[in-house]
Amino acid sequence: MDIISDIKKPENMVYGRPALLTDNVMHYCPGCSHGTVHKIVAEVIEEMGIQDRTIGISPVGCSVFAYNYIDIDWQEAAHGRAPALATATKRLCPDKYVFTYQGDGDLASIGTAEIIHACSRGENIVVIFINNGIYGMTGGQMAPTTLLGMKTSTTPYGRDPKLNGFPLKITEMLAALDGTAFITRQSVHTAAAVRKTKNAIRKGFEYSMKDVGLSFIEVVSTCNSGWKLSPVEANAWMVEHMFVKYPLGDIKDVLK
Amino acid sequence: MAFKGTIEIDIQRCKGCSVCIGNCPNKCIRLAKAVNSKGYRYAELANDSCVGCASCAMVCPDSVITVYRVKI
Ligand SMILES: Cc1ncc(C[n+]2csc(CCOP(=O)(O)OP(=O)(O)O)c2C)c(N)n1
Ligand code: SF4
Ligand code: SF4
Ligand code: SF4
Ligand SMILES: [Mg+2]
Repeated sequence: MDIISDIKKPENMVYGRPALLTDNVMHYCPGCSHGTVHKIVAEVIEEMGIQDRTIGISPVGCSVFAYNYIDIDWQEAAHGRAPALATATKRLCPDKYVFTYQGDGDLASIGTAEIIHACSRGENIVVIFINNGIYGMTGGQMAPTTLLGMKTSTTPYGRDPKLNGFPLKITEMLAALDGTAFITRQSVHTAAAVRKTKNAIRKGFEYSMKDVGLSFIEVVSTCNSGWKLSPVEANAWMVEHMFVKYPLGDIKDVLK
Repeated sequence: MAFKGTIEIDIQRCKGCSVCIGNCPNKCIRLAKAVNSKGYRYAELANDSCVGCASCAMVCPDSVITVYRVKI
C-alpha cells in the first residue's frame, strides 16, 4: 500500500476527469453511452483550446441536458431541429466551432428533413449522432434505427418489417450527399473504441474550419434501460447485433 | 519499460455500472460489497496489478476514475 500512496501524486496523474466537464452529476442511467461521449467531446474541446469558441446545440432526448455537463456555450433546439440552429449559428459566427449532439429519434425520425438538408447544403458544422436504436427518454419506443426483431415498448413482439418497416441506415444515406465531408461510425464500449471516436470528433471539429462541408460522427451506443439489459450485457448485445447492421469505420472523407 | 499504476475512484459519483471492470486488462477492479449514499455498489481496486493504462477511466461514463502511473 505504501507504493500505491507513493504513486498517487499529482505529478503522476495520467488521466482524469476533463476540466471542461462541470461538477454536475449526470442524470443518465448507470453505464449509458451518453456520458462517455460527453466526456470525449469535453476532452477534444479542451485539447484544442477552443472552449470560448465552441457552441453546442443539444437535442430533445435523454441528452437534452447536455448543456449542464460541458462548460461551453449552448443552445437547446426543438426536437430534431438542431441542424437548423447550427446552420444559423455557424453562418452568423463562422469563426465559432458549431456542433449538434443528437439521438436517433431526434435525428433520424422527427428531424430527418433538417439533417438531410443541412448535409445537402454542406454546412460547416459537426453532427454527433448517438444511435442507440430506441427512444430512450420517453420509455423505450421503437426508433427508425431499431433492429428487426428488437423488442421495444411499441414493438413488444419485436420489430416486424411488414408492420414497422426496416431499420434506417441514415449515415450511409447522408454520405451520398455532396455536402458532407467526413462521415464515420464509431462506438465507445472499449478504450480503443473511445480513442477512435475521440480522433473522429477532433477531425470533425478541424474540418468545420476548412470550408469542406459537414462532418457526421455516428456513435453506435447502448440504452441499457430501454433494452432491458445490464450495462455490460448491453455492450455485448451491441457488439453482437448492432454492429452487424451498423458496421464501424469511416464511410467518407473528402480530404483523404 | 514497465509501469506501475493505481486508480482513485470517486465512489460517491460511481453508479456501479461495471463497464470499467471488463475493460481492465489486469482484472484490477471489482464492485464493493458496500454501497454509496445513492445505493450503488461502487467500483474499487481489487489488487495491486494496476499498470495505469487508463482503459477503465476512458470508458467510465461518469468520469469518476483518476489514473496515476510511474515508470519502474
Ligand atoms: C415535438 C416533440 N415530439 C415528441 C416529443 C417526445 N420525445 C421526447 S424525446 C423523444 C425521442 C428521443 O429519442 P432519441 O432521440 O433516440 O434520444 P435518446 O433518449 O434515445 O438518447 C421523443 C419522441 C417531444 N419532446 N417533442
Ligand atoms: S434511458 Fe437509455 S439513453 Fe436514456 S439515460 Fe437511460 S440508458 Fe441512457
Ligand atoms: S465505469 Fe465508472 S461509474 Fe461505472 S462502475 Fe466503473 S467507476 Fe463506477
Ligand atoms: S488503469 Fe488499467 S490496469 Fe489500472 S485499473 Fe484501470 S484498466 Fe486496470
Ligand atoms: Mg435513441
